[in-house]
Amino acid sequence: MKDDKLIIGGREFHSRFILGSGKYSLSLIEAAVNYAGAEMITLAVRRANTAESENILDYIPKGVTLLPNTSGARNAEEAVRIARLARELGCGDFVKVEIMRDTKYLLPDNQETIRATEILAKEGFVVMPYMYPDLNAARDLVNAGAASVMPLASPIGSNKGLATRDFIQILIDEIDLPIIVDAGIGRPSQACEAMEMGAAAVMSNTALATAGDLPAMAEAFRQAIEAGRKAYLSGLGRVLTRGASPSDTLTGFLRD
Amino acid sequence: MDNNYFVDSDKLSEAALEKKHRLENDPSSRTDHMKYMEGMEQISSDIRERVLSEMKSYDYSKYTPADVLRALRHDTCSVEDFKALLSPAAEPFLEQMAERARLETQKHFGNTVYLFTPLYIANYCENYCVYCGFNCYNDIRRMKLSMEQIEHEMKVISESGMEEILILTGESRAQSSVEYIGEACKLARKYFRLVGIEIYPVNTDEYRYLHECGVDYVTVFQETYDSDRYEQLHLLGHKRVFPYRFEAQERALMAGMRGIACSALLGLSDFRRDALASALHVYHLQRKYPHAEISLSCPRLRPIVNNEKINPLDVHEKQLCQVLCAYRIFLPFCGITVSSRESESFRNGIVKIAATKISAGVSTGIGDHESKYTGKENDEAGDEQFEISDGRSLRKMYDDMSEEGLQPVLNDYLYV
Repeated sequence: MKDDKLIIGGREFHSRFILGSGKYSLSLIEAAVNYAGAEMITLAVRRANTAESENILDYIPKGVTLLPNTSGARNAEEAVRIARLARELGCGDFVKVEIMRDTKYLLPDNQETIRATEILAKEGFVVMPYMYPDLNAARDLVNAGAASVMPLASPIGSNKGLATRDFIQILIDEIDLPIIVDAGIGRPSQACEAMEMGAAAVMSNTALATAGDLPAMAEAFRQAIEAGRKAYLSGLGRVLTRGASPSDTLTGFLRD
Repeated sequence: MDNNYFVDSDKLSEAALEKKHRLENDPSSRTDHMKYMEGMEQISSDIRERVLSEMKSYDYSKYTPADVLRALRHDTCSVEDFKALLSPAAEPFLEQMAERARLETQKHFGNTVYLFTPLYIANYCENYCVYCGFNCYNDIRRMKLSMEQIEHEMKVISESGMEEILILTGESRAQSSVEYIGEACKLARKYFRLVGIEIYPVNTDEYRYLHECGVDYVTVFQETYDSDRYEQLHLLGHKRVFPYRFEAQERALMAGMRGIACSALLGLSDFRRDALASALHVYHLQRKYPHAEISLSCPRLRPIVNNEKINPLDVHEKQLCQVLCAYRIFLPFCGITVSSRESESFRNGIVKIAATKISAGVSTGIGDHESKYTGKENDEAGDEQFEISDGRSLRKMYDDMSEEGLQPVLNDYLYV
């Protein structure tokens, strides 16, 4: 278990918690890094593109991988332009593709996401697309050159947990890339459940940002994610959800 | 109870006075406010019909405390729930509404508060809107800034650190043409990351042109959604045409604008009905244009130059707060802007509950930013549209918001 690493775009991560970008503050980033162990932090490029004295880029501790996102993009072309700008701003090659044509629920547009992923992967980006958990779309993302697939658990900011549980499970079962559960994870138990299912990592923001005690909640997330991961690696997770094994084998009568 | 809007300037000629009085007193002397004037584009849309019929049938007296509590218990707020929250029956539940509103605001916007400033570049106006300081019969100092003056104002504002600007004019096509506004917006793109406009409504092709000049947000206030009352308040000029104004946001979105803002001016008419209609306007626009970024404002009537007595009547701070909480619960995703018409204490409180955007470093006069920002004397400025109530500078606002535990955001936008 000690050697259990998450590898994305050739980079190794020991933490399986990624901080999302919705609600930012210095104290949130500190809690995420120091108490949740985050090694990757999402950054909304549109928010970083400011002359403001407290630029978010200044908040990011050294050694943490920046994951700039394309929030605000409504189609593939806009996402590509934002990703290129992020690279120019010195944010590196990682990019989380987020494309939304809906300002009410902020649901991702899979079709445009696949198009943007293909363009950006060809340009050498490490593309981590945010998507609605659809198997066909996930396969297309793999073919387009994605480095991971990031299905939503429930509407962003809703804290409603794994509303799309069964469909995420299908992605985990069928897709060879790391599946990172993104959006809607509202409490540590939900993060734990996602990890038990075999998710490679969990991304969260609102659950932490709106907690009363940031460091304590960040630590709770770290523990939950580690517990879920351990359970998955121990081979228990699937048994729990698919029914217990009988103590006597069902096929013991077979003679040859 | 109503405001006494009519003020006669002694500078008006006898003929002008006579026309003014005729417009005020003889409805038959006024044009048909539901008929489009020449050159006004008509689009095919059912949103106006939907909003107005819902508003017409709204009987807020029928709602009970039980309806309000039921609305507050629901996970998602239906139109019927929203009507209960706007009703007088909800007034005793203001604290519970504020708690729910705060939860929704935090869920969707976190602790952020966006800051912007308006820049008036001209105050010439061809309309006679009886409550407005810019109206064509009001004796005020008129002014239209040259491009050099506009650039100077923009420099002064951008040096204060502001990154979002809202360009405003009085409603005069003759004095402030679309091209004049477009040139001003091109300049604004040099100094600011986000440019919005609040000007007279224009046709789709003109919105497209302004979008190409760098504008991404269009704000148009309907003032009142009660078309009969609208007719009594907007006596002359293009603004008199109610449907053309109503459809402005839709034309802007059709032209490729990224976002729009709607509002009624509370205090002109029955504020509960106007609040219902404003929110439904947004609701239907969002359903038809789901990609659009949509926001609501909630201005109340203020005193103007030459009429100190104009006031928001029965819309006190409590009622305004109720309206804003109801907006937030019904439209959790919607931006809500609270202008400097409101006091410092109200704005400090409401940003923690429902509002997401406030103005700072505000002047509603023309060409007076340098004097207001630096104290440098200026006798040439044009008069203001209305009196502001919260005169905090950007720096002061930034610090005050941070002290309130909020994160001030100057830009959350990429021009792509």
